[in-house]
Amino acid sequence: MNTADYRRTRRKNRRGVLVALIVALSAAFSLMAMPAMADEVNVDEYDNSIIGNVKLESVALEGVLLTISGGGYEVEVATDADGRWKVGVPDGDEFTVTLDENTLPEGIAVIDEVGDDDTPNVKEAMIGPSGSTVMNFFIGRGERNVTSFFDQFVERIVNGVNFGLMLGLAAIGISLVYGTTGLSNFAHAEMVTFGAVMALIVSVDLGWPVWIAIPLAVLLSAGFGWSLDAALWKPLRKKGVGIVQLMIVSIGLSLALRYTFQYFRGGGTEQLPGSDSPDIPLFGSVSLSQTNMISMVISIVVIVIFAWWLVKTKIGKATRAVSDNPSLAAASGIDVDQVVRVVWILAAAMAGLAGVLWAYFRPGIRWDMGAQILLLVFAAVTLGGLGTAFGALVGSIIVGVLVETSSLFIPSDLKYVGALGVLIIVLLFRPQGILGRKERIG
Amino acid sequence: MDILQILSNTGSSLIAPATIGYALAALGLAMHFGFTGLLNMGMAAFMAIGAYGYAISILTFGFPWWGGMLVGVGGSLVFALILGIPTLRLRGDYLAIVTIAAAEVVRLLFLTTTFDKYTGSADGLSGYHESFRAFNPIPDGTYGFGPWEYNANGWWVRIFGITILALAAFILWAVMRSPWGRVIKGIREDEDAVRALGKNVFSYKLQSLMLGGVFGAMGGIIYALPASVNPGVYVTSLTFFVYTALLLGGAATIFGPIIGSVIFWGVQTLLSNLLPAMVNVGLLPFMTTTQSQTVRFILVGVALMLLVIYRPQGILGNKKELTFVK
Repeated sequence: MNTADYRRTRRKNRRGVLVALIVALSAAFSLMAMPAMADEVNVDEYDNSIIGNVKLESVALEGVLLTISGGGYEVEVATDADGRWKVGVPDGDEFTVTLDENTLPEGIAVIDEVGDDDTPNVKEAMIGPSGSTVMNFFIGRGERNVTSFFDQFVERIVNGVNFGLMLGLAAIGISLVYGTTGLSNFAHAEMVTFGAVMALIVSVDLGWPVWIAIPLAVLLSAGFGWSLDAALWKPLRKKGVGIVQLMIVSIGLSLALRYTFQYFRGGGTEQLPGSDSPDIPLFGSVSLSQTNMISMVISIVVIVIFAWWLVKTKIGKATRAVSDNPSLAAASGIDVDQVVRVVWILAAAMAGLAGVLWAYFRPGIRWDMGAQILLLVFAAVTLGGLGTAFGALVGSIIVGVLVETSSLFIPSDLKYVGALGVLIIVLLFRPQGILGRKERIG
Repeated sequence: MDILQILSNTGSSLIAPATIGYALAALGLAMHFGFTGLLNMGMAAFMAIGAYGYAISILTFGFPWWGGMLVGVGGSLVFALILGIPTLRLRGDYLAIVTIAAAEVVRLLFLTTTFDKYTGSADGLSGYHESFRAFNPIPDGTYGFGPWEYNANGWWVRIFGITILALAAFILWAVMRSPWGRVIKGIREDEDAVRALGKNVFSYKLQSLMLGGVFGAMGGIIYALPASVNPGVYVTSLTFFVYTALLLGGAATIFGPIIGSVIFWGVQTLLSNLLPAMVNVGLLPFMTTTQSQTVRFILVGVALMLLVIYRPQGILGNKKELTFVK
């Protein structure tokens, strides 16, 4: 799981009053004015260059370190007495410019001017056809960590619940499939990706509006689940293949599907329309983007409908009966095959929806996006108790909140470690999970 | 399309360090999965611990090469203990999920920038060859014929790797025909029956996990020996690929894992050379060269499914010997 591209939207409190913006001088102008004074690195070696000017209230900051990297190339540059810097870069169109905040004077920081950037001191520079680009940062007085701990904590919990609900959609599906068929389905990750990729194809490639694309993607996912069951899992069940074998088949299926996505969509990240919606402040410093709010509402509505279905309807009750004891359910006249078919359709549909929501949350669609959260989903399911639908939901929200809040205490590239570590520890003391029953661990 | 070059690359891959590394890891999995019935999905972590243990102890602490290998192997023993004590009481599929999670934890710990000083985070580690190459008894020069032509260092890595692999295969063969091995197979067939005989099943499983883990760690070291330690290698897919190699050869056999790894890498190298070449001469008009590199991974997945469904005992396995726990 690549945590770097897993960006959350978060708004920084601009309480440490922003008093100055960097003077946005045009690159050409500043160079014409004082060409020889800028601290220049590798300028003669490469044709392309990135230039910038670090100033606070039009006072130049000297000795600020910047790192420019991309495509295996990395170079460090310090600003001169006029706050200028310039680096030559090799061919390639994207570079990352990182301003080392520790080299700024005390009480000064890079300010996030948009409001949804965790690391305003890191920027992407695109080299245009002119071969040169300007990269400036907003520098202002303020604490480097501008949000109070409590506000951050609340914000993370809100985000965590959102992430958890999304995980829950995927986890309920895995749990239902496990409960009714005994299969730990590793290919569930690819059912998540399938939903997102279908939404992408319909909305971007075909250009249909999002409100048609997403329901259509969910429908296609449901169809995908049905056809997987009909073409693969049902024949294997009839053949009497053991559950461990089935699990390894699902691993093979997961690999095959994952690389099939890569085959057709390539290795890059693509965005669904509307993934850059504005933030809406809620209370305190907590804000959520519009898409995140909609996604939360959708998750809750779907989960509530699902819960009603599972508890109240006849087929829902039959599902629970099959989960409990398939032979007994079959003996009392329940059509187990039909229940399993419905479960596969539902699981795939919810996984597809989770994929669309995950695409907005990450944000972006990649061939291995489902695999990135598969272990978190498994952690959630195991925490809640394998085979229990509501346990999966509880586990998901715990995992979601844990992942989001843990980065307050541990480095953010280790936030999945916290969740997976808790999974292992819980299994030590309560192997059946929170809502599971003892006999399931065997 | 240069058929000779393609065949030469394929032939060369048959004894490549990566192949030997896979074979060792697959032997470890044969111990875990084939003989004991433990569904260890965390083999990538054992390999990572071996490779990082080796590289870090040389680069950071200045150990000689054999000291680095001992650290890697020792690390895998400790990991097996930490992993085994909480998880070995769990049933098959639970164990799979927990071991895969533990492997991911290990990978993220090696990948994080927090320990960049020791692990090199995303860049990995390299430049630890001096001590191992100083021990090379082969005089400088190029030896061999046809596809198998390497310099002294190339041969030293391969001969060392093949020696370790032969040793591991011998150890596995020897322990599996001992009384200890019979108890291990008994655990795979029926844990409760073995427990009823008064054996400490948990302790046997833990010993199996440790022995197989050592094989995995050595595999990781051999894999990293000629070049570098790259954190992108030790992903969960690595475990799945090693499983494919294992199931191809036969999970409950001694030579199956080795043959499986050789076939796995032979076919992988053949396809990775042949398919782009076929695209370039216009034989596969519907795909690009990039796509043709993805096809072989799709085929791994399909091969894994077909193997498990139609020939779960692998090429060398005996159908009567049950290789899948119920």
